[in-house]
Amino acid sequence: MTDICKKSLTELVRLIKKKEIKSEEITQSFIKNINNDKKLNTFITNCSEEALNKAKNFDKSPKLDTLLPGVPIAVKDLFCTEGVKTTAGSKMLENFVPNYESTITNNLWNEGAFLLGKLNCDEYAMGSSNETSYFGNVTNPIAENTVPGGSSGGSASALAADLTPATIGTDTGGSIRQPASFTGTVGLKPTYGLCSRWGIVAFASSLDQAGPMTKTVEDCSLMLEAMASFDKKDSTSINKKKENYSKNLTDNIKGLKIGIPKEYRVDSMPNEIDKLWENGKNLLKDSGAEIVDISLPNTKYALPTYYIVAPAEASSNLARYDGVKYGFRSTKGNNLIEMYENTRSEGFGDEVKRRILIGTYVLSSGYYDAYYIKAQKVRQLIKNDFDQSFKKVDAILTPSTPNSAFKIGEKKDDPISMYLNDIFTVPVNLAGLPAISIPAGTDNNNYPLGLQLIGKPLHEQKLLNIAYATEKKINFKQHLNRWWEK
Amino acid sequence: MSIDKDKIKHISKLARISVDEKKIDGLAKDLSSIFKFIEQLNELNTDKVEPLTSILNEPLRSRKDEVTDGKIREKILENSPQKNEEFFVVPKVIE
Repeated sequence: MTDICKKSLTELVRLIKKKEIKSEEITQSFIKNINNDKKLNTFITNCSEEALNKAKNFDKSPKLDTLLPGVPIAVKDLFCTEGVKTTAGSKMLENFVPNYESTITNNLWNEGAFLLGKLNCDEYAMGSSNETSYFGNVTNPIAENTVPGGSSGGSASALAADLTPATIGTDTGGSIRQPASFTGTVGLKPTYGLCSRWGIVAFASSLDQAGPMTKTVEDCSLMLEAMASFDKKDSTSINKKKENYSKNLTDNIKGLKIGIPKEYRVDSMPNEIDKLWENGKNLLKDSGAEIVDISLPNTKYALPTYYIVAPAEASSNLARYDGVKYGFRSTKGNNLIEMYENTRSEGFGDEVKRRILIGTYVLSSGYYDAYYIKAQKVRQLIKNDFDQSFKKVDAILTPSTPNSAFKIGEKKDDPISMYLNDIFTVPVNLAGLPAISIPAGTDNNNYPLGLQLIGKPLHEQKLLNIAYATEKKINFKQHLNRWWEK
Repeated sequence: MSIDKDKIKHISKLARISVDEKKIDGLAKDLSSIFKFIEQLNELNTDKVEPLTSILNEPLRSRKDEVTDGKIREKILENSPQKNEEFFVVPKVIE
């Protein structure tokens, strides 16, 4: 089987369960692809050898009654993995080896999967192009010199380039959905609290959420099923019964109401994206859904709100990196304070420092009310907008991003234009909602573009069903010429 | 609000990040444009709005105050940049 790596996760699991393929054969195939990925720079840590041993052990006595039996999976390097370096894309954690396993990865391993490697990402997940990583930028497999999006850029690129059958990312303001859109893959940000945050390197704790990144919606439902769990170790984990998302997946969405928010039509948006959105509406109508015009009036305030709340939480979370208990320590400085200041100056990259400074400022004495409290008030208004709309509709359809993948370096020196990339994804995080990006077409350059579906809290099943029905109608196919292997 | 050099120095002191003198001007320019962007929020009247404190619909759980973990000193110290037997080592703080 030459095309093992092109198969969907669901198909690989089916073949393993029918004993038509061995875990070792699958793992070997992915390792072969990974060894050719130098130009993409997707992996920070390669675990090929250990993965091969795990595959062989699995094949000796296969345990088949799990969701992901014998499947190798590479994960974003933001998830702590016991005994395996976890860097968060930062010099600060370049040599950090956790002695514990994150709940999410642990859930995957309990379902029969094992670790293939750790994937590149923006430093501390702060970025929209994977250019802020200490380990170098990642390239999008769709074309040379294009960014994969971020912050889960390594995850999205590795998935699109067939280097892992599925992967996981984290999404604080769009870090799963925007790279999914840029690489022609599927990415889901679950409801805040559905997937445990325990053992994930923290960025902005009231917004961070882990989620699956896959080639198909069906794979996405399978991965979410494996990931989601109540976790006592995460104080914001929601205590609810596990759902069988993959078993209950259906494309029957007759009678569901889909909202179209007029505020998501922004001036600078290319025509192609407008067309794609229109097409999405028509396809949903064909599937029996009803299209309803809605308004989310405070949409334009979501990004400014995000750029207060997220840096504020980041400045607090990242205060722990002081060069004492773990991580990098500077050798410069004559006393404790200077050691702190030099450690943080040398250990963090420019974007991370920028956000820590913004966060420190908006939380500082005299400015806290004007910025932070103001932002939390507007956040309430943004949440109210969604609450009102969800009285009328089951889900909301929008574009995932205002543009397709851009060139490496194109937006690097202009933070605002970089931040604007997340204009359609950020409101979802502020309101704690689930949302999925699915590939929906291409632009003039033949670069992929995504559509986003936003759901009610904990209505992941309905969201997946709508995405599944849409995916079937769109029938998106991506052909990569694998330029990076030449 | 425009962020000037002195303000950058003050914030970086609070954040315990030393900033290279050569980089301060660029940083001040970037932060000024970001704050200009953020301050769009001032267009909105939020006098009667309560700030959001949690997006979860359920209250935070409490748990029993009990020891569930521990005795992993060796493991924890493994990641320390500088240690001395069972202690983390930092530059001298008492004369």
